[in-house]
Amino acid sequence: MNKDWFVLLVLLPPLLAFLLMVAGRRILSKRMTSLFGVLSTGISLVFSLVLLVSSLRSGVSLPDWEFTWLTLDKKPIQFGVTLQPLNVLMLVIVSLVSFLVHIYSSGYMKDDERFTVFYSYLALFTFSMLGLVISPNLLQIYIFWELVGVCSFLLVGFWYFKPEAKRAAQKAFIVTRIGDIGLFIAIAMIFAKIGSFELHDLKGAIEAGKLSSGMITLFAILIFIGAVGKSGQFPLHTWLPDAMEGPTPVSALIHAATMVAAGVYLVANTFWLFQASSVAMDVIAYVGGFTAIFAATIGIAQTDIKRILAYSTVSQLGYMMLALGSVGYVAGVFHLMTHAFFKALLFLAAGAVIVSLHHEQDIRKMGGLWKKNKGLGWLFLIGCLSIAGIPPFSGFFSKDEILLSVYANGRYGLFIVGVIAAFLTAFYMFRLFFKVFAGSHEPKTARVPWSMTGPMIVLAILSAVAGFIQFPTHFLETWLITGGMKSLHGPESIAWIPVLAVIVSLLGISLAYLMYGVNKWDSRRVAQAVPWLHQCLVRKYYVDEMYHSLIVLPLKGFGWLLQVWDRYVIDGLVQLCGWISMRVGKIGSTLQNGQAQTYALISVVSFVILIVSLLAGRLFG
Amino acid sequence: MNITSYLALAAILFSIGLYGVITKRNAVMVLFSIELMLNAVNINLVAFAKYGIFPSISGQVFSLFSIAIAAAEAAVGIAILIALYRNKGTVEADKYNSMKG
Repeated sequence: MNKDWFVLLVLLPPLLAFLLMVAGRRILSKRMTSLFGVLSTGISLVFSLVLLVSSLRSGVSLPDWEFTWLTLDKKPIQFGVTLQPLNVLMLVIVSLVSFLVHIYSSGYMKDDERFTVFYSYLALFTFSMLGLVISPNLLQIYIFWELVGVCSFLLVGFWYFKPEAKRAAQKAFIVTRIGDIGLFIAIAMIFAKIGSFELHDLKGAIEAGKLSSGMITLFAILIFIGAVGKSGQFPLHTWLPDAMEGPTPVSALIHAATMVAAGVYLVANTFWLFQASSVAMDVIAYVGGFTAIFAATIGIAQTDIKRILAYSTVSQLGYMMLALGSVGYVAGVFHLMTHAFFKALLFLAAGAVIVSLHHEQDIRKMGGLWKKNKGLGWLFLIGCLSIAGIPPFSGFFSKDEILLSVYANGRYGLFIVGVIAAFLTAFYMFRLFFKVFAGSHEPKTARVPWSMTGPMIVLAILSAVAGFIQFPTHFLETWLITGGMKSLHGPESIAWIPVLAVIVSLLGISLAYLMYGVNKWDSRRVAQAVPWLHQCLVRKYYVDEMYHSLIVLPLKGFGWLLQVWDRYVIDGLVQLCGWISMRVGKIGSTLQNGQAQTYALISVVSFVILIVSLLAGRLFG
Repeated sequence: MNITSYLALAAILFSIGLYGVITKRNAVMVLFSIELMLNAVNINLVAFAKYGIFPSISGQVFSLFSIAIAAAEAAVGIAILIALYRNKGTVEADKYNSMKG
């Protein structure tokens, strides 16, 4: 069986669907559009599953496939496909979540006028994301990296008539751009240094010791800056919560499961580069750990259902980075996978909550939904249990792996940070859960269509059972590092770590139950006890305000200065020229008054001047 | 008598004529002033013909032509002036401004 064609079968259907929808956006009915979208991603899913099976069966990585795209200064620049286990895993995750979100969107977006446009963006995104995860070289990665960025921009700003959505889209684009510049510089420097964009060439150069350790650290950190922008790590996390202005399926697909995980994927994909530099590993671990706890604390005080989930995403991505920085390659990738499932589930469930409550997003106005919609409650609960790390749900296993690898790596400080973040995660997720579902409210609810419930059920099953691919057999680990890096084998498990993790999570849940489930402790009293802290958390540590006053305002001031310079100096000069010409013309026209005598006078005077100046020229010249 | 006195006379006459052309409001006076300037030139021609570096009779002939043409010019000028007077009802030179751009 020729695998080359197989990969194209995964990649091309969404692209074709995109082209079809763009071409036929005026004639396609909503039913046809969603059918095309679901069908194309369905085909992608089927073929990526086939690839997965053959990758699992072969036991070694599938052969790469490349062709020369163009030749630059005698150096071939290639396009192609690589199918390491990591790539195949990402293919499956992306196509699966995308497939489910396509189904879900047909219910969620059914009343939107620009339904076809929405689906075409989704299809383009799916294509780009699939292309990103199979790219064997940095240039190709960068191209798809930017494509997903564009799709994110388009979809966040999908409701562009809302000023917040417009601002959020711009912010998402600009902030990730800052990170992308880091990645771009890294790619350019790597090409200048080793003359190739290929990842395996870079790997070869590192293994052959051609690069100095300072160089490796620089490359690694620059690539990590790209990942920071995309994966919403501190300090470039601010765009991700704002990106929740986009439609909820978009939040689930792009800003929870796939695109924001692209940063983690990038680091995992170039993991040998980071491993060659302990400084870079430290940077990842600390940035990740800090982001995990930082975003988790913000999540406690937010009131918008989607923003809480967004901060939770930032926090979980921080977790993944923390794992990668602690040589927990498998743990990081494992958490990426489980997170894709349970966070997509949570977002889709949040979307269902929003739909059933007639587009209410403020959790302070919610409550009592459990009685109205038990099914949705169970689905949401599974997502919450999974992210909180309660066995046997998948989040428990992956979080346990992360904590284990952090501990085994000797980063005890970060281990404590991770445990606290796990506590906070459990707390704010169940705060959300109790706020929405518990309580004596009798909300008026709308029906949630089956097209939305179905995908959630699939994701709930996956969230519940996905953990067992790594426990108790270490199946995922064995597969992920086939033929690869032996150094990536995870540490032996330590019995007290999972116990500690579960206890901490249960503590978080019970605290949330006491405060929000049965209202035994009034949360407002807590907030009033430490008003400054509460305010600080509500305002997200004033990071946005800080950026506003430190970066945006000076830039605006500078722009204002330039504008003043332009308007009054540059424009002034231009207008002066015009003014002078005009005055000369005016004077000329007053001379031309039709009086022959005046003309004669002028002629005489000019003649005298001419003669005098000629004489003067004779005398002095 | 040397040439300088003739030239000086001609220059004075020319200047008076020029002054008249530029300043007089009455168009008839302007025409007269033009005659003055022409005659200043004639004096120059005759003076050079008699006392010039290369004395020649052709200078005097030239002045005869010039006088004849001046007569014709004066006739034409006065004819135009009369036509203008009939049209505009005035001989004031500064009222004639139809050349205004």
